[in-house]
Amino acid sequence: MMRSALGYAIVTLSAIYALFYVPQHADLTTMINGSVYASYGVLALSLALIWGFAGILSFGQAAFFGIGGYAYAIAALNFDNTTLAAAVAIAAAAFSAALLGYFMFWGRISDVYLGVITLTVSLILSRFFNQTAGDQWTIGNAPLGGFNGIPSTPIITLPGDPSNPLPPEQIYVLAIATLVICYLLCRLLLATRFGAIVVAIRENETRAELLGYDSRYYKLGVFTVAGAMAGAAGVLFANCVFVSPNMFNLQTNGQLIIWIIIGGVGTLVGPVVGCFLTLMLSNYLGTVNHSGILAWLDPNLVMGVLLTMFVLIMRKGLLPLVISGFDRMASAIGRRPAKSMTANTAVDLSQ
Amino acid sequence: MVTLSRRRLLELGAAGAAAGITSLYGRGASAAETIPIAGIHDASGGIDIYGRPMINCLTLAVEELNAAGGVLGKQLDLVNYDPQSNMQLYTQYAGEAATKQKAAVVFGGILSASREAMRPTLKRYKTLYFYNLLYEGGVCDRNIFCMGSTPAQTLQKFTPFVMKHFNGKKIYTLAADYNYGQITAKWIKKFATENGGDVIATDFFPLDVSDFGPTIRKIQAAKPEIIMSVLVGANHNSFYRQWVASGMKDKIPMASTTFGIGNEQVLTSPEEHNGIIVSYAYFDGIQTPENKSFLEKYYKRFGEKADAVTEGAAMTFNAVNLWAKAVAKAGSVDHDKVIEALETGLSFTGPPGKTTIDPRTHHDTLDVYIAEVRDRKYNVLESFPQQPPADTAAFCDLQAHPNENKQFVIDVKT
Amino acid sequence: MDYFFIVVLQLAVTIANLALVSIGLAIVFGMMRVINFAHGEFLMLGGYAAIISNRAGINLWIAIFLIAPIVVGAVGILLERLVIRHLYGRMIDTMLATWGISLALIGLVTVVFGNTVSGISPPLGSLTVGRYAIGNYELLLVAVAAALFAAGWLVLRHTSLGLIARGTMQDREMSAALGIDPSRVYAATFAVGAAVSGLTGALIAPIVGVVPTIGAMYIAKAFITVISGGVAILAGTLGSSVLLGGVNTLISFVFTPVLGEVALLAAAVVLLRLLPQGITGRFFRKAL
Repeated sequence: MMRSALGYAIVTLSAIYALFYVPQHADLTTMINGSVYASYGVLALSLALIWGFAGILSFGQAAFFGIGGYAYAIAALNFDNTTLAAAVAIAAAAFSAALLGYFMFWGRISDVYLGVITLTVSLILSRFFNQTAGDQWTIGNAPLGGFNGIPSTPIITLPGDPSNPLPPEQIYVLAIATLVICYLLCRLLLATRFGAIVVAIRENETRAELLGYDSRYYKLGVFTVAGAMAGAAGVLFANCVFVSPNMFNLQTNGQLIIWIIIGGVGTLVGPVVGCFLTLMLSNYLGTVNHSGILAWLDPNLVMGVLLTMFVLIMRKGLLPLVISGFDRMASAIGRRPAKSMTANTAVDLSQ
Repeated sequence: MVTLSRRRLLELGAAGAAAGITSLYGRGASAAETIPIAGIHDASGGIDIYGRPMINCLTLAVEELNAAGGVLGKQLDLVNYDPQSNMQLYTQYAGEAATKQKAAVVFGGILSASREAMRPTLKRYKTLYFYNLLYEGGVCDRNIFCMGSTPAQTLQKFTPFVMKHFNGKKIYTLAADYNYGQITAKWIKKFATENGGDVIATDFFPLDVSDFGPTIRKIQAAKPEIIMSVLVGANHNSFYRQWVASGMKDKIPMASTTFGIGNEQVLTSPEEHNGIIVSYAYFDGIQTPENKSFLEKYYKRFGEKADAVTEGAAMTFNAVNLWAKAVAKAGSVDHDKVIEALETGLSFTGPPGKTTIDPRTHHDTLDVYIAEVRDRKYNVLESFPQQPPADTAAFCDLQAHPNENKQFVIDVKT
Repeated sequence: MDYFFIVVLQLAVTIANLALVSIGLAIVFGMMRVINFAHGEFLMLGGYAAIISNRAGINLWIAIFLIAPIVVGAVGILLERLVIRHLYGRMIDTMLATWGISLALIGLVTVVFGNTVSGISPPLGSLTVGRYAIGNYELLLVAVAAALFAAGWLVLRHTSLGLIARGTMQDREMSAALGIDPSRVYAATFAVGAAVSGLTGALIAPIVGVVPTIGAMYIAKAFITVISGGVAILAGTLGSSVLLGGVNTLISFVFTPVLGEVALLAAAVVLLRLLPQGITGRFFRKAL
């Protein structure tokens, strides 16, 4: 109880810091970077939800990220109302997730085969959008642009104020706010009966079914929610970078999984942390002068070694490691005996 | 669910990283003594074949200027960012260069997507931007100067030359499927038709396609007289290999507007590329004294095995010197003053010849060369000096509309 | 008529390509249920080994058929000892760890060899069919693929090594009880799978060229082909290669190569939906 309260206090403090202190005092670069990280963070959260709590390892979550981004760009270029466009985008992503979810869960597809299908869908979208450069690929006012994507996406505006696109500082605030809201949404979802059943399905699907719950509906539900979140991430991304087929590709999907492994499967905050840290590292590696001994700091080499080490040594990720460290410290101080992991936190999902 | 100081440490970490990166710029003397400039090119990832020669020439130009006493008596402090062929890093680095490093000028961008990822940010924070690689034309923005050749500049002379050189009229075009490829294909059709030729088919390939088997069969069925290649990137190189493997190399001659920009002459073998005709605003085979002495300096600085100098790299060299000239003329690095100085039609004669800024379009008038690829080298066959940027000029007039800020999609009326 | 013939040849070439690219992954997956995401990089290393040894003067065929498999097989053994053996039985974890290895290998090759290495031209000339021509080298690949599958079948069916391998694959505990050391078998299998991947990479190098990132092009297709094929190594890979490669070629001829790729992926999705355990999960279950 104390532990939870402390945890929530820290999350709240961090959110307040990010939302209020940083825009006043930090420089623009931090905020631009922060927006990008936050939009990826929402995507990480969506996969963290379905992988960590529902046991659905989707290799293609970036598909909904891209759908959200493209839908936003197309809608914004065609309707002059960016708030409507954002809503359309999230709805489109949720709808696609529902469709794919229905296709997969009603076919009782699971574990690695589900991963393959989701990856394949994401790749289909990537390949398809890659070849839309010609003039014939224009939806209303929006040329799909092929490989280059849609660079001049209308920036989002406040709902009542259509002629004022938000400046980068405010996009940052929007991105962080979205991240916080999505986190709260996930927490809420998991605290309801629906969430408990989803976790039960992850623990043992047959048992849950025998208890009378149709696992297909619950999986579909959580998959759709995650799809909507990924779509929201796509909208944010469209506003701070731009929309392109890269959003669907193998690298994006791979990165996503790396963040979650590094941060901790089975936690919500862990993947967001993993995302931020990895992106900051990648950002830093690009500014290093790659000569002499530093030539070995090739970004791929660094990421690859990191990922392999984490899988081998710190399989549960950073966050559970830190939590268990805290536990041991607390027990050493004599407060209470070291607590074992509850079903609510990290679960070893390797099989 | 327990969360810990991870979140808190994260925010502190972000601030810490920002501070850490700031410290990277603390080299050299204090800000008053040096002029910060930024280079944003891919040095890793799939696009780096284009990026690395450009980074080399940028470094060389800056070092030369510094050795000669710097600009306005101050040394130039160059930071090279590597976006690792990753679009969001372009946007992030542009923001960093503009607001944190406070660079006086940014040289960078390779693919059009990367340029467009940076252009709005750099314009917003009033950081002068030079984009130096050849591209499809149409950018109309007072904050940017595009030094590379645009399709009409090269193709206008290139297309009739190719038709005459190979004595053929039926052309089959293979193009990379993105805006550069699409627009270039249209120009090819226009100029071919104007010169009595005919483009019998145009096929587009996204940049990750590497299997050209079915396409080669289609070409064999169509029996063109000339192949025009607008293929881009490492994956498309497999076309040249598969072409030779199918025995087509000696049957149908080939011309290209993209072969060589990524040093494809090194990646492919002589059997694959001998006889291909190409056209750019620069070849390292140009026999002028400026180019010869430049190449000597280049290989001395970077070693015999350095990436060969491409048009993008040579234009980067010219761009740095043009900027330095403008700063000297304006007497300051102030953004608006330097732009006005450049707009007086400054020109610089460097390895690619004489490049002159066109104030109406912020593109440049440049020399166009046509060469044949043979045994990993370019033999210049003909040159057409001082071709103006006609395709962009048809749409863009920054003197009449200085607040213009877009890339026109050049609609080629065929 | 000529056109029909050339389409058939092209079909054979595409199917053979897909089978060759996937077989290395299939051996490792079928035997050990390990999904080796570094498979694409094994292809890349094979290509580099062949090209570099060829440019150092070694005969091209020796470079392709001998040097590349040996080099990559050695790398495979190394990786198996260091990383994979700690992760047996954990399919997701091996996927992730090998993904990490693949990134590391790309980075390593980039640092050591730089980003561009000149290629070799495909040898052997071309076969002319009426007014069409197809490279003889590509036809050679078809022959090699056929030979590889035949050899694999022979080894698995008729040699004691094959028997041991199949036994361990079916029931690890039982084989151990009968005196076979499963970890030795796994190590050998991983090495063989890596060597075959290296061979394939060397074979396709003259057609496609090598850059450090070339592995990424193939891993998705190989992964999808292997999973769609199901557990049987040879029959499964062959089956899904024929199906997916066929769809790819036909759509490429009728429309564009890109739509051919999209069709391949879509076919895989449909296939997995109908046969969730892959082709040989339902048909040919007793096949090799």
